[in-house]
Amino acid sequence: MSVLVGKDTRVVGQGITGKAGTLHALNNIAYGTNYVAAVTPGKGGTTWEDKLPIFNTVHDAVEKEGANTSVIFVPPPFAADGILEAIDAGIETIICITEGIPVRDMTIVKDALKKSKTRLIGPNCPGIMTPGICNIGIMPGYIAQPGKVGVVSRSGTLTYEAMYQLTVRGHGQSTCIGIGGDPVNGTSHLDAVKLFNDDPATEAIILIGEIGGSAEEEAAAFIKANVKKPVAAFIAGTTAPPGRRMGHAGAIVSGSSGSAETKIAALKDAGIAVAPTPSEIADTLLEIYKG
Amino acid sequence: MNIHEYQAKELFTQYGIPVPAGKAVQSVDEFQAAIDTVTGEKIVVKSQIHAGGRGKGTFTDGYKGGVKVLDSREAAFEAGKAMLGNTLVTHQTGPKGREVKTVYFTEASKIAKEYYLAILLDRENSQPVFIASTEGGMDIEKVAAETPEKITRVHVDPAGGLHSFHKRKIAFALGLTTKEQLKQLDKLLTGLYNLFWEKDCSLVEINPLITTVDGDIEALDAKMNFDSNALYRHPEIVAMRDLGEEDPKEVEASKAGLSYIALDGNIACLVNGAGLAMATMDIIKHFGGNPANFLDVGGGGNEQQVTEAFRIILSDANVEGILVNIFGGIMSCKTIALGIIGAAKNVELNVPLVVRLEGNEVKEGKKLLDESGLKLTSADSLADAAKKIVELIQK
Repeated sequence: MSVLVGKDTRVVGQGITGKAGTLHALNNIAYGTNYVAAVTPGKGGTTWEDKLPIFNTVHDAVEKEGANTSVIFVPPPFAADGILEAIDAGIETIICITEGIPVRDMTIVKDALKKSKTRLIGPNCPGIMTPGICNIGIMPGYIAQPGKVGVVSRSGTLTYEAMYQLTVRGHGQSTCIGIGGDPVNGTSHLDAVKLFNDDPATEAIILIGEIGGSAEEEAAAFIKANVKKPVAAFIAGTTAPPGRRMGHAGAIVSGSSGSAETKIAALKDAGIAVAPTPSEIADTLLEIYKG
Repeated sequence: MNIHEYQAKELFTQYGIPVPAGKAVQSVDEFQAAIDTVTGEKIVVKSQIHAGGRGKGTFTDGYKGGVKVLDSREAAFEAGKAMLGNTLVTHQTGPKGREVKTVYFTEASKIAKEYYLAILLDRENSQPVFIASTEGGMDIEKVAAETPEKITRVHVDPAGGLHSFHKRKIAFALGLTTKEQLKQLDKLLTGLYNLFWEKDCSLVEINPLITTVDGDIEALDAKMNFDSNALYRHPEIVAMRDLGEEDPKEVEASKAGLSYIALDGNIACLVNGAGLAMATMDIIKHFGGNPANFLDVGGGGNEQQVTEAFRIILSDANVEGILVNIFGGIMSCKTIALGIIGAAKNVELNVPLVVRLEGNEVKEGKKLLDESGLKLTSADSLADAAKKIVELIQK
């Protein structure tokens, strides 16, 4: 078992005919992920890397190849349109890797998501992986192994850090979700925590957050009230100065809200074990979860 | 990206938001002509820098006040002269302050009452939200903390757009209820929403918004921030960018595709990924050090980028040591090691360097570093790396 992606996942790649998209999609396929189609408007009827049929529209990929999941590598000016197309085509789960989508475009996407049954992961995210079964996006496969810890994080390399720490200590992961560093995204920490809480294959949860917004506090409140599984967390940005955007568009402390201190306090109040440094994320969990 | 008040007011005017008439100039030669365009008894002189608290700020030569309301043309001329080319320090500029390169002369409005009005993106529900308050001219975060009942929030569904009821809600919350005021505020709010939406703003703030003794509504100040992801479709906004207001190292970094923010510590960091870069700063602090910067080299980490990153962090005179922390995901640690070796040869490395590599082909990468003859310390974990660089600096 796992969340969102697994054995039944049939992936259509939007914008995977580009250089980065090709590289990562080939890696995903080599991992064993079931890609069934590519979509690049204007290239319909041709073949991608001698492996997949290319369609002009996502609707065609759904109709002809039964695609139910989409991964998006479309450049930022066109990425929101790509997401809207996938929603319109009835794709169940969209993973948008693209970094740099205007916030205004994402507010429209967010509205369309509310009116649909589609779930969006990202944008500006490393993707999602159910180790041993399915890897969609840009996460390196070798850092993971199948197991029982669910990992959710805004940051790519910090997710890798946590996954790798678990793996080298002999603990695998159920599913790892990179929700992305943008202020408007499809899936929140809270959404991911709910999925992990309901997933019988997930026994423990690692939540990695960062300064800005209040998503971590919302997840903490839910965990306090509903989650019996052990949860460990790390919050990046204790030393970040207020008012400066730390790389991720979402990582900014404005006024007194969104600071690392308030987030850590909320997490601790919810009974979550908070790692004092990024080197101790796995160890912090393994102190309260023996596997 | 930020712009100056006078530029924001030009945009306000384009969108039908009333502002006091004025003119911004960059040299003393232009002062008289600018002052002559301003009518009324009094005249306002405003230093143009990208920071708040100008009125209460002090110039580095001791001259007080970056915004002044003066009784005569002559006094305005002299005040402008004192401000132009001078460096203004406010609670937002840091101790170094900012050089005033533009002075803005405007009409002095006859204020009856001050209000606060802003529009920004509410992250919690991904919608634009108006923030309005009867407590104008104050620090809005203080108002929110002390008297939250005096703040009204009105969300607008971006797909549905702005409707009259949104505007009425704001008007009644501010107590602007005469027919003429409702009409003026309706027009102003429409302009404000369209400006925010069409120009991809992340914030438009009017503090204060005023009613004049004649009953008119005006934006006395203007602050605007733009979504940098959307600048590609707004060349007219990019043209307003004032690079002089930004840290030169940050400007260079953005040209090289690096995300860099200068801080006041002495341990430089070079990291891939924004979250890991923040976490690296945190762990340096955790072990008693002080980070000199935030630097995300992105997913790449090729020799050219790493060289440029080294050059930028070494141009900071405070830097006494460097911590490189790379998690090689898809990319091999060998490639990254070669990048570091090449870069270290291109720049003069005269401070201790600690390198922590992890991930794909890490053994091969470390071997390359060990055999390079470079003076560097390699570390096994992030904690190990942070401890080592802090120790090396204390020596």
